[in-house]
Amino acid sequence: MAKARLMQGNEACAEGAIAAGVNFFAGYPITPSTEIAETMAKLLPKHGGKFVQMEDEIGSMGAILGAALAGAKSMDATSGPGFSLKQELIGYAACAEIPCVLVNVQRVGPSTGQPTAPSQADVMQARWGTHGDHPIIALAPWSVRETYDVTVMAVNYAERFRTPVILLMDEVVGHLREKVVLPEHVDVYPRRKPKKTRAEGYQPYTPDDDLVPNVADFGQGYHIHVTGLIHDETGFPVGSPKITEDSIARLHEKIARAGDEIIHTESSFMDDAEYAVLAYGGTARTAYEAVRAARAKGIKVGLVRLITIWPFADKVVAALAKKMKGILVAEMNYGQLVGEVRRAAAGACPVELCGKYNMQAFVPAEIESAIDALVAAHQ
Amino acid sequence: MERSYEKYFRQNRLPHLWCPGCGNGIAMKAIVQAIEKKGLSQDNTVIVSGIGCSSRASGYMDFDTLHTAHGRAIPFATGIKLANPDLNVVVITGDGDCTAIGGNHFIHGCRRNVDLTIVLFNNEIYGMTGGQASPMTPLGKKATTAPYGSVDRPFDACKLAQAAGATYVARSTAFHVNHLVDMIAGGLDNKGFSFIEAYVQCPTAYGRKNKMGSPANMLKWMRDNAVMKAAWDKLPDDKKTGEKFPIGLFYSAPAEDYDTAYDEVIERAGGATK
Ligand SMILES: Cc1ncc(C[n+]2csc(CCOP(=O)(O)OP(=O)(O)O)c2C)c(N)n1
Ligand code: SF4
Ligand SMILES: [Mg+2]
Repeated sequence: MAKARLMQGNEACAEGAIAAGVNFFAGYPITPSTEIAETMAKLLPKHGGKFVQMEDEIGSMGAILGAALAGAKSMDATSGPGFSLKQELIGYAACAEIPCVLVNVQRVGPSTGQPTAPSQADVMQARWGTHGDHPIIALAPWSVRETYDVTVMAVNYAERFRTPVILLMDEVVGHLREKVVLPEHVDVYPRRKPKKTRAEGYQPYTPDDDLVPNVADFGQGYHIHVTGLIHDETGFPVGSPKITEDSIARLHEKIARAGDEIIHTESSFMDDAEYAVLAYGGTARTAYEAVRAARAKGIKVGLVRLITIWPFADKVVAALAKKMKGILVAEMNYGQLVGEVRRAAAGACPVELCGKYNMQAFVPAEIESAIDALVAAHQ
Repeated sequence: MERSYEKYFRQNRLPHLWCPGCGNGIAMKAIVQAIEKKGLSQDNTVIVSGIGCSSRASGYMDFDTLHTAHGRAIPFATGIKLANPDLNVVVITGDGDCTAIGGNHFIHGCRRNVDLTIVLFNNEIYGMTGGQASPMTPLGKKATTAPYGSVDRPFDACKLAQAAGATYVARSTAFHVNHLVDMIAGGLDNKGFSFIEAYVQCPTAYGRKNKMGSPANMLKWMRDNAVMKAAWDKLPDDKKTGEKFPIGLFYSAPAEDYDTAYDEVIERAGGATK
């Protein structure tokens, strides 16, 4: 039996990454993500992997993309200002279909903001931060143990879909310490391999049945070309409207097609619920307590927790809205994901925001009184 | 007649898109000739470029090739080399790509001494975007963003590379082709961060604005103004005037490269190298 260990969320992220096969990490220090880089610097060489501290966040993003193309499973971790700097190359990874995981342990912004104070205000940036149309996968764990599991999931999704995956942590979970028992085995998605030789006419960007291309790693004799320009199946840029349309559509569809399989949510106290609190990450911990307290007062309220933030759980929310008298979205920002919830709810029930953006994490009483207000307003 | 270096080009991607008389093709050919001279395997060599006219070269070269984002070729190359040290990694960059937007990566690349060979195609201008001043446009020269002559003091990229810690630093020109091949070949030999600046003519965006005449005249300008290092060193300071500049191997001081040093880290940490 594996031993119980006292571990921090950021450490669990690093350990999960290594378990999932990450063997290259490039980073630039920024609180509250730094422990991930520090843990990687310590653990990676023990596992024969490599760590490099780059000159800035753009450099570290470039390095993980280069490493991924040369066959490594690679990861980088940052926070607000660094996340902003990385945006151009996140788009590069989406366009050139390079697997990588980028952790953003969110802190209060904009700009330098309130360094290290908890926030969940990069949710929309994770979706739309880089220019152009592109899909993204973003995941948000709520506990130390789940951080480990979700990091493994992030690495696996990056490989499976050949896409950047954003691990959208927050300071609450990143710096949380909990007793955890880590699994002895995790399932690891291997690097996709070319199914044809060069002689058989291999093209690096020919989509497989799941719409994901099996791009060869560098150094395998395929002589592939990788670019951030829109390209056809050969990998070379083309100016064609048709190919531009097809490639942008395929980038979206390869992830949309996987659909429900990658959209993870968790419900608590929902069986007889008339109201729902929707929350994610560290805020969901507090929401859970608030829901319990409201239940104790006899309010039929439950918690729906999003683990997958992007793609958004449209179907889950649409179905939920049809059953509820009201939904309360609790998030540490001025109101971000609440817009998506309203869009998906499509007017089927009222959706209210319980937002907080004052450097402090929620306390249960705040969400509890927001639940009271929701119930009072929408009987 | 099939020339021996033709196998290093993707014939189906040619002819190239550069302007008639552009010097980029000369520098690109010099790179593959250096690769041929050193007998590097095509399967095991990766060409990484940034964004610019010069950086288009990667698409024409028959290796694994990576056309990155503007200024970011060196970080991508760093990741490639560290992830797979068996690969030879050559970076093609422009004066703007390398010393403006990519300047920070450039100096830190020099300092870090990852085993990469960087070839900067210096046309003293932003060619691709139509002739704006770069950090290597000489004082007084015209550019679309310096219509009255540049007052923005330029970098000497070789001095910058040496001061920042590059372990091999050289310069040549598109006129001195054989010399350029030798300078690049020397960089490929050095196990560490090698920097080679190659003067190339941009008749379209730079030459025309600065009344340099035909591409051939621009090459003659290189012939007339480039001075081999040995001769340059003997010149008294008052003779190092006008547009004269030195070429040759400026600095070679092999030092342990990052990856070799990191293998020791892996050993100290008790891990097994792959
Ligand atoms: C982030 C970003 N900023 C600006 C550009 C536009 N841009 C493309 S190439 C270039 C300048 C290239 O100059 P140089 O590196 O000297 O290459 P050359 O074209 O002269 O070979 C610029 C500014 C870009 N592609 N990306
Ligand atoms: S603009 Fe200048 S650098 Fe670009 S292709 Fe034309 S001549 Fe060459
Ligand atoms: Mg230039």
